Amino acid sequence: MFRNTYDSDNTVFSPQGRLHQVEYALEAVKQGSAAVGLKSKTHAVLLALKRSTGELASYQQKMFRIDDHAGIAIAGLTSDARVLSNFMRQQAMSSKMLFNRAIPVNRLVSAIADKAQVNTQEYGRRPYGVGFLVIGYDESGSHLYEFSPSGNSYEYFAMSIGARSQSAKTYLEKHYEEFADASLEDLIRHGLHALRETLQQDKELNVNNTSIGLIGPRSEHEKKGVQPEGAFRILENEAIEPFLKTMVAKEDPPAPAPAASSSGPAASGSGDVQMSG
Amino acid sequence: MADMVSIPHSQPQQHQFNPYTENGGTILAIAGADFSVIAGDTRQSEGYSIQTRYAPKVFRLTDKAVLAVNGFAADGNMFVKKVRQRLEWYRHAHAKDMPIRAIARLIQTMLYSRRFFPYYVYNILGGIEEDGTGAVYSFDPVGSYEREACRAAGAAQSLVQPFLDNQIYFKNQTPAPGTSFPGHLSLSTVLSLVIDSFTSATERHIEVGDGLEMYIVLAKNSPSIQSLRDIRGMSELTATEDGERVFVVRRDLKKD
Amino acid sequence: MSIAAQTDSCPRQPIVTGTSVLALKYKDGVMMAADNLASYGSLARFKDIQRLHPVGKYTVIGAGGDMSDFQYIQKFLEQLIIEEFTSQDGHDLGPAQIHEYLSQVMYSRRSKINPLWNSLLVGGFKDGKSFLSYVDLLGTTYSATTLATGFGAYLAQPILRKEVEGRENELTEEEAIRIMESCMKVLYYRDARSLDKYQLAVITADGVKISESRHLSTTWSFAEGIRGYGAQTQ
Repeated sequence: MFRNTYDSDNTVFSPQGRLHQVEYALEAVKQGSAAVGLKSKTHAVLLALKRSTGELASYQQKMFRIDDHAGIAIAGLTSDARVLSNFMRQQAMSSKMLFNRAIPVNRLVSAIADKAQVNTQEYGRRPYGVGFLVIGYDESGSHLYEFSPSGNSYEYFAMSIGARSQSAKTYLEKHYEEFADASLEDLIRHGLHALRETLQQDKELNVNNTSIGLIGPRSEHEKKGVQPEGAFRILENEAIEPFLKTMVAKEDPPAPAPAASSSGPAASGSGDVQMSG
Repeated sequence: MADMVSIPHSQPQQHQFNPYTENGGTILAIAGADFSVIAGDTRQSEGYSIQTRYAPKVFRLTDKAVLAVNGFAADGNMFVKKVRQRLEWYRHAHAKDMPIRAIARLIQTMLYSRRFFPYYVYNILGGIEEDGTGAVYSFDPVGSYEREACRAAGAAQSLVQPFLDNQIYFKNQTPAPGTSFPGHLSLSTVLSLVIDSFTSATERHIEVGDGLEMYIVLAKNSPSIQSLRDIRGMSELTATEDGERVFVVRRDLKKD
Repeated sequence: MSIAAQTDSCPRQPIVTGTSVLALKYKDGVMMAADNLASYGSLARFKDIQRLHPVGKYTVIGAGGDMSDFQYIQKFLEQLIIEEFTSQDGHDLGPAQIHEYLSQVMYSRRSKINPLWNSLLVGGFKDGKSFLSYVDLLGTTYSATTLATGFGAYLAQPILRKEVEGRENELTEEEAIRIMESCMKVLYYRDARSLDKYQLAVITADGVKISESRHLSTTWSFAEGIRGYGAQTQ
């Protein structure tokens, strides 16, 4: 890649007022395969593209359950995600233990954002190399947040992160007004359509490379899980078959996807780093 | 040794704080061939006072495990909370429910870890084993445990257990000539035994009464479901599809 | 915040104490009552002490037992409410959450053999639901539609149960006040550590209201007629 003069230490500003190490961390998120999140009044869903290192290898894990009312999809370093998701699980559990209350989703996100911020300021640390989409349901309804290594977090109607996520964002921006009152099936279909935009020319979404995470009342296509009804669950493999079938084929051969905002290896797809998600 | 005992008290003897109390009530569980019944009354008391007529002592942990807790209520509630927390971490790690024999061992280690400041609770764990058989595990407050066919604990243990020994293990009975006792009792027989145990305990023990909560765990595709057809006051709690099924029956007991 | 940071394991005893607290559920919410006395042993030491305390917008706690421990509880609950308020995200603690938190504190203190020497009632109303629960120095908890601590558990609870059980959704505020007053009167007649001055708290959809001190009118003329014990022997 490229080097800057002021990038050897994350606590040092460049003369332009930038923290290069933090920006590199944001690049790590863009290297990871895409994840899409969107919500309606009743549901919040996550969809993610799983990579595999080869024919003989299994697919990576893109989603983590935090609690019955919250879950995440990740893009970036999976190992960093495990650390952060573990922290989120602890936060969720201590809220249950102390107050018998499901932790409000915004507080869950703020908690990790505060942790990430510390890593952009303290000497001898490195920023997390992973971004999250967090969905959750609490007293104030369904939520979707983006968390990034810079320590920022924002709430969205719909959002995408990871490689070529700009294409998905373009789709979401075009359709987001329909989401609020959409049925779960429609919401997931929109999500799949958005996720499809992040694929390379010759690739397709299938039961092996797609994960769906959701919160809200059960779809007719779903089986009951071990969690209580409506709680966060992750659908994979044959469970997502009926949802993939609802997808509408693209009308015309896709125009060369507008280059994702990221540069270099992410866009070409050849730069899959084993470690990155 | 004598020196150690005779330390003179220069100060007036202070009232020692007793961190325990006893909150009454009774619990009971019986295992069948492919089912398990776990029950408890809902009265909570201290001394001669009824604190409340409804404080559950029986808790669904998973779709195949139910835990009944009796003794010091504050310890009991805290213990259940901690067990549930451990089961949640297991679910995070393995995306499935912990099997009952593993829960039983977990409970042993959790109880024994407090060997020198024990949870003052008697636990009975009931449910379905991975091989589909009905199971009951019973514990003492510091973690000794064994798998059994039935167990009663709590205030009316001494009233109920002998009745169970007679009706379930057929103690002090002899089969009619040329016949033998059944290896396993049917669900309907077990339910009647449980209900009779609690109505009798309510009659004879002041700390038992108000309400009865009876959990029934059925193995996958258990034919015992037939006997639940017309049970009064029953509702289903099952969370999973095509797995074990959990039901609860709530009944009134005498309130005097 | 360091609740019970001290692991001082020297067992104490209550010094300045409050007596019973009563509470019941009625049509519009929850009502709680406690007198204004804080005793020092058998001495009626402080006669204008408030034992009902609002916590946040939806909750009242009432305390019997050691009054300095109760003030400590008030202090850390206030801290908790401020922390919750400063997050400014529309989420706030209801009575159920406050009761759970209080239970955890009480239980962890008893587990350190350094209890907060109180019996507490937590009453509240939030999102259309009333809440009433108990917690004490052992961490023991329970809920019911009528609750009473201390001597109230023996003297008032039977009356409360008779008057309230099964009528929680019909009882009006006026009836509830009448029931409370009659129970407080029984307590004043029979509990030597009680006072004829008490307060009522009502927690409804309109929020928390704690009354001014109210006076119990009692008659003692019958005492003249008592013979056979005490000063008069014939």
